[in-house]
Amino acid sequence: MTVAVDFKNVDIVFGPDTRDALAMVDKGATRSEILEQTGNVLGCAGANLTVNEGEISVLMGLSGSGKSTLLRAVNRLNIVSRGQVMVKNGDGMVDVVSCDEATLRQLRQHQVAMVFQQFGLLPWRTVEENVGLGLELAGVPESERKARVDKQLKLVNLDPWAKKYAHELSGGMQQRVGLARAFATEAPILLMDEPFSALDPLIRTKLQDELLQLQKTLKKTIIFVSHDLEEALKIGSTITIMEGGRIVQSGPPEDIVLKPANDYVREFISNVNPLSVLTAWNVMRDRRDLETTDDGWIWLDRRKTTRFKIDSHGLVAAAERDGKPAVWISCADVERQPDEVSQVFWATPGTSLKTVMLAMHRSQTAPVALFDDQSRFVGAIGIRDVLSAVLRR
Amino acid sequence: MDPVSNFLVAWKIPVGLWGKAFFTFLTDNFNSVFRGFSNGLNTLLDGIVNLLLMMPPVVVVLLIALLAWWLQRSKVLAIGVLLSLLFIINQGLWKQTVQTLVLVVAAAAASMAIGVPLGIWAAHKPKVYKIMLPVLDLMQTLPTFVYLIPVLTLFGLGNAPGLIVTIIFVIPTAVRLTHLGVTSVPKAIIEAGEAFGATKRQLLWKVELPAALPTIMAGLTQCIMLSLSMVVFAALIGAGGLGTEINRALGSRKIDLGLEAGLAIVVLAIVLDRMTRIGVGGKK
Repeated sequence: MTVAVDFKNVDIVFGPDTRDALAMVDKGATRSEILEQTGNVLGCAGANLTVNEGEISVLMGLSGSGKSTLLRAVNRLNIVSRGQVMVKNGDGMVDVVSCDEATLRQLRQHQVAMVFQQFGLLPWRTVEENVGLGLELAGVPESERKARVDKQLKLVNLDPWAKKYAHELSGGMQQRVGLARAFATEAPILLMDEPFSALDPLIRTKLQDELLQLQKTLKKTIIFVSHDLEEALKIGSTITIMEGGRIVQSGPPEDIVLKPANDYVREFISNVNPLSVLTAWNVMRDRRDLETTDDGWIWLDRRKTTRFKIDSHGLVAAAERDGKPAVWISCADVERQPDEVSQVFWATPGTSLKTVMLAMHRSQTAPVALFDDQSRFVGAIGIRDVLSAVLRR
Repeated sequence: MDPVSNFLVAWKIPVGLWGKAFFTFLTDNFNSVFRGFSNGLNTLLDGIVNLLLMMPPVVVVLLIALLAWWLQRSKVLAIGVLLSLLFIINQGLWKQTVQTLVLVVAAAAASMAIGVPLGIWAAHKPKVYKIMLPVLDLMQTLPTFVYLIPVLTLFGLGNAPGLIVTIIFVIPTAVRLTHLGVTSVPKAIIEAGEAFGATKRQLLWKVELPAALPTIMAGLTQCIMLSLSMVVFAALIGAGGLGTEINRALGSRKIDLGLEAGLAIVVLAIVLDRMTRIGVGGKK
């Protein structure tokens, strides 16, 4: 995987003289201590984060946690006091903190585009003129600009509105213009600063879906700031949680939900429905952790109700439920199965926990087996695994 | 008087004398420069006035009405302008009105040409604005008569000193409203410009100025109105036009003449105001 953006020990302090504040940062002082003693505002301290190409990295935190501050360091809307922010520029990496104005402009015009919370559209320009802003600033000739703008407008279904003024559109539409403007420059890196927070919930969900849909084909590197964990879990491939200017945890969404690093994160996830995040893979017990018998059977559950016999290829050769032979059936078909007793459901690692629970429900709390793409047995989920994941114990 | 007051009076700071010495220095050393400038300006202004007066008044009125329609795309306004100016011809004040019109338009244009760049500069450099502020206050509040005298000694009589006095009074408005317009551009759209890689110049022309345009245009309207209010003072130092008529009416206590010329100024003010109201609340 190629690195697109790399934050290295980034400190951001707002104030005319930041030396004392940085010394305090080194001693691990909190934001309020620094403000009290130096009058400087700590934006972000000791941030280390690597964002790989093509991923959606979400920065999460309450307001004032420094998530926007860190994001805005990528295109130097915020000045970094200390540290490096490496951004992929063609084949090499450029340190945004120390690069000259010309390089910065080139990055902003061609490598890093941005979507703003309050849209940041120019009200005296039409939709197409707004979308073309980045291209215009980069000096793209008019004819080419028009073609690229038209393409972007079609992409976000705004082409009938091209001649309208931005303020004539609804909030959701305005943010589509903001998205189109960012896509139009064809910059591979996209910064999104709470882009959907100003929208009502239905429109927000819709735009999230659209973004994910677009991302499938565009494969941008997206750094996305959000204060809404549901949103972060939905769109993020990595989630980074910040508190008081410092990163407290960074990892895939399931990790955040299953292994919160501290009480702050725990508080954050307390209202999140784990069923919307977790997959079978997150809760299963690995095949190697399961109990085996001397004659080659593997018990799928701790209560020893269900067992598989696995052949040398890792495939299931026989199944037994409550001492009687059983058939194994995919969870995907759980709705269509007649109520026979001797069924063992199986799932793939990506199956949602919700589907697994449904299968358990249909099979009188029998364990669910997990197969990989080649139908090899990889692990099993018992009722206890599900309960502990849902209750986070 | 008490001793303190006596002391103060005895040691009067010669502000007036210093000022006088400064202006005497200017007249003694740069008289030809000032007079040359003044003569050139007078010739230019008189030339424009004469050109307009050479044409039949009705033609000029029609041209102005056409301009009004072109600026605002409003038939009602064009007809209004036409009728207003015909009323002025009817009152026998056409020549004076043309003189005033040229002076006012020139003053407003010059004030904007100087004031807008200053305003932009001040908006970008808060420190500059801090220094500028007391000067602007001085220009706006110093009684006109006070600087009428030195301007008169430096530039002599005529349209040119009238223009200069008017510009001194009007520029602060252009500076202030431009400053207000540029500083109140929402941060979000400035950042949008920056984030997409705008240079300082692009940011100014493509983001800041268009965003500040309504306020700057309000500044233009204000400049024209304030220039008109200076017409009577400018007339005192030899600028012709409606102001001269009013001064004459005052001197000879002619109520009718004063009323006619005063009304002509009001009509001119309304016409110019409506014609220059671009982007203020109207079309976007």
